[in-house]
Amino acid sequence: MEWSDRGIVLSARRHGESAAVVNMLTREHGRHAGLARGGAGRRLKGVLQAGNLVAARWRGRLSEHLGGYTMELERAVPAAFLHDANRLACLACACAVAERSLPERHPYPLLFDGFLALLDGLEGGSDHWDAVYVRWEVGLLDVLGFGLDLGACAVTGRNDDLIYVSPRTGRAVSASAGEPYRDRLLALPGFLIGKDIGGASDILAGLRLTGHFLERHLFAGERAGPPPARERFVARLGR
Amino acid sequence: MGGPEVDRLVALLARLPGLGPRSARRAALHLLKNRGSLLEPLTAALERTAEAVKPCPVCGNLDTVEPCGICSEARRDRSTICVVEEVDDLWALERAGIFGGLYHVLGGALSALDGVGPEDLGIAGLVARASDGAVEEVILATNATVDGQTTAHYVTDRLEGCGVRVSRLAFGVPMGGELDYLDEGTLGAALKARRAV
Repeated sequence: MEWSDRGIVLSARRHGESAAVVNMLTREHGRHAGLARGGAGRRLKGVLQAGNLVAARWRGRLSEHLGGYTMELERAVPAAFLHDANRLACLACACAVAERSLPERHPYPLLFDGFLALLDGLEGGSDHWDAVYVRWEVGLLDVLGFGLDLGACAVTGRNDDLIYVSPRTGRAVSASAGEPYRDRLLALPGFLIGKDIGGASDILAGLRLTGHFLERHLFAGERAGPPPARERFVARLGR
Repeated sequence: MGGPEVDRLVALLARLPGLGPRSARRAALHLLKNRGSLLEPLTAALERTAEAVKPCPVCGNLDTVEPCGICSEARRDRSTICVVEEVDDLWALERAGIFGGLYHVLGGALSALDGVGPEDLGIAGLVARASDGAVEEVILATNATVDGQTTAHYVTDRLEGCGVRVSRLAFGVPMGGELDYLDEGTLGAALKARRAV
């Protein structure tokens, strides 16, 4: 078995003295682990930084084997913003969320493309990289079967004045229909339904919204709670 | 082969960095062949080291005295603390002989993957040291990795309000490095951190 694909390094854990078990988000093969020989060594350690974009080749005797990776660096993404605490926290958060939530070896090409867009934004292509990240989390929920329904009000069916989301169903609720339950509903930031970004509070509202459903559907169970990297990112933006 | 004692010795040696089962067997055999000149002195040295060497309660360095030799050295500049991830980073800086201040060993870096959180690192001790009034500058010498720099940003946040200047090591072209052989990340970081000459 052998394939080649573009991959975003999510994590690399040292294995033995010089190798590393690498987890990568690839376009056609999803989140896929493999052994990188020399991955803990001087030559490859820089390549295996979380967020780097690589041209990866995976090879294994049987498809269900861990297999081995060889890779070449395409873009050293985090190097562009190592000095920027918020962007770096966002990257660490995205990698940790992808690693914790995505099943192995199931391709999600759209999610991969979304991650690439996020990397572009973090590298300086967008001032609204934080909004790109929130949209990516919305997309993550969607591709994993827990998509939010933000098109119309769950009560009235109308698509204007949507400012809430039901924490139970993930459906949008209009201002008038949600008023009696406003304390129990989640805020719906306008940028998720095509409006402009209203500032940092909008981003935080978006993170609270996606965080609620990520915790409910994807981070429940044995290792309950969001990855610490996500908590640190949200806390940092909230300051 | 040589009894359970030798097997245990080989198994333990094989866990050392740089040694696998075969090289551990060779090392064990070499020790056994040179009992008087190697095995017994090594055993004694290991015992003495295990008893005497402890982490410094101030900076986290390993030494036989408390506080460690660096912390208790009177000639050191006590207004500067260099923060490193591990003891081997401290030793690397000491080998270079270019830093005359004090150190603080964090004991690792924040890592979501390995479950290392702020409470697992020696950050509280650093904040306490930085707040004592004698310290003017804290130099963050964490690794130029995502985890290392995430840790550096976190430490910077925690040092806010301590009244110290916080700086970090520069990124860029290493001594003897040829641009043609450098990766794009290092080149980009070096270009960003350029300074007037």
